Amino acid sequence: MSEPPSTYLDHGATTPLRPEVAHAMAEARSQPLGNPTGSHRPAQRARRLLEESRDEVAAQLGRAPGEIIFTSGGTESANLAVFGALGDAVRNGRSAVVLSSAVEHPAVRQSCRAAARWPAVTWRELPVDGTGSVDIDALAGLLSGETALVAVMLANNETGAVQPLRQVADAVRERAGTARVFTDAVQAASFSNLAETTSGADLVALSAHKVGGPVGTGALAVRPPTDIAPRQYGGGQERERRSGTQDVVGAVGLAVALRLAAAERSEAVRRVAGLRDRLAAGLTDTIPDVYRTVPPGVDVLPGHLHLCLRGIEREELLLALSERGVCASGGSSCASGALEASYVLAAMGVPDDLARGAIRFTLGHDTTGADIDRALAIVPGVVASLRHDP
Amino acid sequence: MRVLVAMSGGVDSSVAAALLVEQGHDVVGATLKLWGGPSDSGCCSVADVDDARRVAQQLGIEHHVFNLSEEFDRHVVTPYVEAHVQGRTPNPCIECNRSIKFDRLLARSDRLGFDRLATGHHAQVSVGSPLQLRRGADVDKDQSYVLSMLGQAELGRVVFPVGKMTKSDVRAHAVRLGLRTAAKPDSQDVCFIGSVEGRQGFLAGRLEFHPATVTDTRGETVGAVDAVELVTVGQRRGMGHGTDGARRYVTAVDVPARRVTVGSAAEAVTSAVVLPDATLTWVDQPLLHGARAVAQVSAHGRPAACAVDRSEDGLVVRFDVPQRPVAAGQTVALYDVTDPDAVVGAGIAA
Repeated sequence: MSEPPSTYLDHGATTPLRPEVAHAMAEARSQPLGNPTGSHRPAQRARRLLEESRDEVAAQLGRAPGEIIFTSGGTESANLAVFGALGDAVRNGRSAVVLSSAVEHPAVRQSCRAAARWPAVTWRELPVDGTGSVDIDALAGLLSGETALVAVMLANNETGAVQPLRQVADAVRERAGTARVFTDAVQAASFSNLAETTSGADLVALSAHKVGGPVGTGALAVRPPTDIAPRQYGGGQERERRSGTQDVVGAVGLAVALRLAAAERSEAVRRVAGLRDRLAAGLTDTIPDVYRTVPPGVDVLPGHLHLCLRGIEREELLLALSERGVCASGGSSCASGALEASYVLAAMGVPDDLARGAIRFTLGHDTTGADIDRALAIVPGVVASLRHDP
Repeated sequence: MRVLVAMSGGVDSSVAAALLVEQGHDVVGATLKLWGGPSDSGCCSVADVDDARRVAQQLGIEHHVFNLSEEFDRHVVTPYVEAHVQGRTPNPCIECNRSIKFDRLLARSDRLGFDRLATGHHAQVSVGSPLQLRRGADVDKDQSYVLSMLGQAELGRVVFPVGKMTKSDVRAHAVRLGLRTAAKPDSQDVCFIGSVEGRQGFLAGRLEFHPATVTDTRGETVGAVDAVELVTVGQRRGMGHGTDGARRYVTAVDVPARRVTVGSAAEAVTSAVVLPDATLTWVDQPLLHGARAVAQVSAHGRPAACAVDRSEDGLVVRFDVPQRPVAAGQTVALYDVTDPDAVVGAGIAA
């Protein structure tokens, strides 16, 4: 396999480790690191780095350090939030209803599906409108005293559509006072002021590698009086909510990545959205029968451009783009690596023939104007060569 | 050449890819996800995809997974179930080759700019004009029957790299290269039917079985079956013995009438089979009225000399020596009488 020059427009899948993060992680490793539960000096150093990282993550989320649980990533955070909150809710034999938007990431959706196998738990999905935004009226109609958890992501991983989380939280407070609000902020974290945007949520899930940190580290924020039942038991780390020796270096990486993202946020949002808009305009101007899945004017993450191309098979488009060094994504894959029909697009009412030609470009902190130039030079020709009658 | 090689995760397609790489072609591997449906968790055999991917990595070629499960369901699985409802005996591998591998996948290969689509089939395409589809060199593994629907348009765009090798040569080559699939057992059954559930278990969830009476050739009722949809002409199993003590064979299945007819071995034969025109395909030129040929009615069936007639109903294949009955839905592959390794065409028994 020869390596063509690469135009990486798949930051939504994972975004490169920021050099400053790599440096901070190397620094953390440069001296002996013990187990943070120990008492000797290397252990105390580990404990200090862990707690400093926790302070930083908490600050970025506008929360107290004690609310932050370090995890192995976004999926574990989502599982811990869903099972933890529901496990707490069904203590003492009570029944619980969990509501989640129809466009949640599989980490949330499949956790809800699995939790619904518990006899005491009922799961309902909340419909979304044509832009992928959760239907607040439908939510209000479903909320009741039995509602234990409402899961609505901060922004969708496929389309980038930002959810009305504040309205969700307000509706929950008004109609189901004891219900907890969980938001999966994994996809939005790079470009969102989390302290502000997630303030209405009791539980917030984060992943380091989506913000320029390392793969294998994440966090779940749990705001009192919300309590969660642990999913794994052992030495009682993370205030007995997540046992297991903490990944101190990973925690350092997450903290530094979040701090860097926050420091450059206002400038990065403007710059990346500008590049995204140029890519969108260039592609929609030159390619016939192409649709922006979420229309302009709707609140979308600055790095996301989701398109549907009629008469295109996304598997072919991704292969042909890959051969020309353009990395994009076609939606969610199953365990084999095969693309699956997108339930997100189905929930938005996107017709099947358009959804077959769905492609996601996601820009990130290191995307340049030259990347956009290359994509614009390559994508229209590739699309033309692959077009056929469905 | 730029070649797209369909890699199932088995040893034949692994070696096919390896040979193409050794020959210096620009090779990309693709594994088809054909089964598993659109469910959230269902998937094809992840282990097979992994094997294909690992072989591709070892060969240093790119590997992709193509999800053609919707098309497979529409063109292979649904017709398979419906054929049983009608009392027909379909060959899903042939329909997959016809509608999926050498239609949709081949079109995809073209659009992506590949010069050829390669598979691990044991069959050969001769050089020259017109192109010939010929039996694989390994007579026991020959797969020309399941490819017998291919015509010039497809043959010019495909390549079967292991077709001139014996299976043991294929395995030996895989061992030499250290491919992880070298000792993997051959696939035997219909890929979408699990070995535990079997055909009956698979169909049980997808169609309604009906009991039927079993009569002999004089119309006397001699027994009953629970599921007429599972009975095939020529079948012996479950049909018991006649008054003479000899085994009985199914000579006819009438699903709407819920009736199975059985007879002696001598009665369970056929001398002719009709292939409707709409089902006929030709490698190049069609057989003319009165032409002689060699017919094969199953994947590894014994070839039988025959003559063909044109009739209003289609092509009538008349066997020189009566054969075991050919069930409706079975493919009849016709080979050249003077060159019996060369496929002439195929049709589906009415």
